[in-house]
Amino acid sequence: MAEHYKPVKYLPWEMSLEERFQEYYPAYSEREAVLEANRCLYCHDAPCMVACPTTIDIPTFIRKISTGNVKGSARTILESNLLGASCSRVCPVEVLCEGACVLQHDHKPITIGRLQRYAMDYAQEKNIEFFQKGEPNGFKVVVVGSGPAGLSCAGELAKRGFDVTVLEKREWGGGLDTYGIVVFREPVEVSLGEVKMMEKLGVKFKFNTEVGKDVSFEDLVKEYDAVFVSVGLGAVPEMEIPGEKMEGVHDGLEFIEETKVKPLKDIKFGNRVCVIGAGNTAIDCATIARRLGSERVSIVYRRSEAEMPAYHFEYQFAMKEGVSFMFLTQPVEVIGENGKIKALKCKRMDLGQPDASGRRSPVEVPDSEFEIPCDMLITAIGQKKLTYITDKLVNEFGVKLIKGYISVDEKTNRTAHPKIFAGGDCIRSHGEASTVMAVEDGKIAANGIHVTLCGEGAHREPALASKK
Amino acid sequence: MANLEIDFCGIKSPNPFWLASAPPSNSGYQVQKAFEQGWGGAVWKTIGAPVMNVCNRYGTMDYKGSKIIGLNNVELISDRPIETNLKEIAETKKLFPKNTVICSVMVESKKEAWQEIIKRAEQTGCDGFELNFGCPHGMSERGMGSAMGQVPEYTCMVTEWVMEVATIPVIVKLTPNITDIVHPARAAINGGASALSLINTINSIMGVDIDTFEIKPNVGGKGGHGGYAGPAVKPIALHLLSAVGSDPEVIKRGLPISGMGGVETWRDAVEFMLLGSTSVQVCTAVMHWGFRIVEDMIEGMSNWMDERGFTSPHDFIGKSLPRISHFGDFDLGFQSVARIDHDKCINCNLCYIACNDAAHQCIDLKEVQLKNIGNGNGRLMPVVREEDCVGCDLCSTVCPVDDCISMVEIETGRPHVTWNELTKKRPEITQDWGKMEQYRKEVGIHIH
Repeated sequence: MAEHYKPVKYLPWEMSLEERFQEYYPAYSEREAVLEANRCLYCHDAPCMVACPTTIDIPTFIRKISTGNVKGSARTILESNLLGASCSRVCPVEVLCEGACVLQHDHKPITIGRLQRYAMDYAQEKNIEFFQKGEPNGFKVVVVGSGPAGLSCAGELAKRGFDVTVLEKREWGGGLDTYGIVVFREPVEVSLGEVKMMEKLGVKFKFNTEVGKDVSFEDLVKEYDAVFVSVGLGAVPEMEIPGEKMEGVHDGLEFIEETKVKPLKDIKFGNRVCVIGAGNTAIDCATIARRLGSERVSIVYRRSEAEMPAYHFEYQFAMKEGVSFMFLTQPVEVIGENGKIKALKCKRMDLGQPDASGRRSPVEVPDSEFEIPCDMLITAIGQKKLTYITDKLVNEFGVKLIKGYISVDEKTNRTAHPKIFAGGDCIRSHGEASTVMAVEDGKIAANGIHVTLCGEGAHREPALASKK
Repeated sequence: MANLEIDFCGIKSPNPFWLASAPPSNSGYQVQKAFEQGWGGAVWKTIGAPVMNVCNRYGTMDYKGSKIIGLNNVELISDRPIETNLKEIAETKKLFPKNTVICSVMVESKKEAWQEIIKRAEQTGCDGFELNFGCPHGMSERGMGSAMGQVPEYTCMVTEWVMEVATIPVIVKLTPNITDIVHPARAAINGGASALSLINTINSIMGVDIDTFEIKPNVGGKGGHGGYAGPAVKPIALHLLSAVGSDPEVIKRGLPISGMGGVETWRDAVEFMLLGSTSVQVCTAVMHWGFRIVEDMIEGMSNWMDERGFTSPHDFIGKSLPRISHFGDFDLGFQSVARIDHDKCINCNLCYIACNDAAHQCIDLKEVQLKNIGNGNGRLMPVVREEDCVGCDLCSTVCPVDDCISMVEIETGRPHVTWNELTKKRPEITQDWGKMEQYRKEVGIHIH
């Protein structure tokens, strides 16, 4: 995480388990927020705003913090991004708004993320309702999946008078913001608060309801005027190495989820932990393990530092947390004793020619096998595509795919089927999967649905009418 | 290390930094502590008529996280008995014979009262007097302070009373709460004053609490005007200083001036001195940070003098005064235009929006080839249309990057003439829009 963010003093041996899982950055006090807001140059046609996928008017919301109009600041944020609270915590600001800040080069960029969080916390604490359900327009839309794309789409549609129902297969809404973001970055209440905001806008939620099991796509397409598919992706795929079903081998996403839904003291963790993969999820798993109390945590990655998909600031964060990195190391077998993991057998790798992704591909070094002793293995090598859903959409509704992801029209997020729209990680065939991108997908689809059902130009007026 | 000693109408002071007559110079303890830390002199907090203070006494102007860019007060002159003050003044002067101690005085407008206090105070051994004709609150309502300074006849009269009995230099302190400060300055001179000091504080209401509707400062639910001081008043003080300093009457009599109003650093002090202050007085900055700031003031001024080869403050006192001029004497042919260094530009576009919304719409956002590729994001850069630039300087004042926008003088071939010269030579141009248009065409001035 960026250098100028000063986290709370982290001396784990002096902190309780609960303290270690508090939000990493403390909330700004009013004075801190105003001082930081006053540093903002209030650029004209600001690069930070251009860099925000949801084009939040950042200079305006920051100026409003500086004048003490925090309520207005929150409105400015939410008008562009209903999930401003989650985004303020999980956005990779270093590569988006803060990375574009004109003070980036010879000064310190404005801490836009933390200022946004300040405004969002204020709105949450004061329980301010900024938007109301729009005048009913008679159209019914169903949203499949309540992650950020689904919530954003549902909220934007509800503001415009659509009758919106969200189906969620899990117990809680919010998708990965609720279940998949490490708790010291985003407490579960923040994301659940956003679900509640949509409920107040009149969005109906049906939890524990899975499409394909509890209800069929055929019925949805028949019953509703539009369907928004925001189902995300699935579990971490198998590594396809011997021994991976052994006790002590865990799915990274499930491991993160435990910190969100379980009392911390009930979470089982190993003393010597290996994490496979070097993306942001792997970093989360490794740092969670450290904060739970694991003595040695190693990230095992078959390529080198230069190819790792995690953001650089995440990599630095993990190193600060005492995570060690084993690059150019390919896991080949999980070794166990009495059905329980004992070590991870690996091979050394070298970098060869660039592969299809443009990254140099790893090549095995002969006779280089060695074992890393460990009592827990966490896999974080991406997410499986939900083929049982995409197959159905392709075969029965004529939806098209790109590289296994749902293909949509960029301007409307409509699939090849006139009533089916999609957004979020399930359409992310290129680009970075992130909450803020998903929120923008939801907005685009809401506009697309609105224009499709109500006609060209229809989307302009309700946005203004929603202002109090 | 340059010698900072000054000669202020015969009073030798180790440096030009004096405490102004105000709360920091309220007692022997404070003034002696200030002298220990390096202050060259102190104007003792005004002694005189009996008073009762109120609370709260201060209101501040804070700006974007910076505290006290302006400070106002409704505190009165010394609320300690005259006897106590005189005893401590004598004690202090005895302990610090080289430092300047000025006794500030204000009593009711009676000849006997003024002459009596002057005679009593002289026995302390103080170096001079400052007549407080400037306090704008509390005392003025009782016919003292600025009530006197605002009427030149009173200023002259009281100065004369004092000069009849005083054997040491007398400084008359002027109020800024007047239309033209030159009039009371001349009145003081006519009354025989040895020196002038300015400015006293400015009438002000610091603000209103938008939650409680109370006035700042809030005195038990009420509020009223108080004296405004601090960095924010410096430009006003510099103007009044230069007005007095460049007045022919003042120049003729060669009266030294002690300048004050927003002096916070050695840089401020140098500016005051360049405009004719022999000593500078400081209050708000000390109220904010304490006496210790003087160490940097001494060292900073000394370094600045060394770099320029000045051996005494008298080498540079008043050096900028000859540049004080009048609009009618400015060169109408002087033309500057803004130039933006695109390799330094951070692309905040503040110059663009300022020029577009508030000036003359002569900055465009365009594609620019950069020398070093600092800006790889393909954003448009602000570019000045020089032929349309009126040289107003707004863009460079809003630019947050040092030396990024510079105002460059260009030769246009236009005649270097002043408004006054023009009025004399071709008065019709200055009176008739048609003739003005014609003249502009003639010399190639195009207003778009």
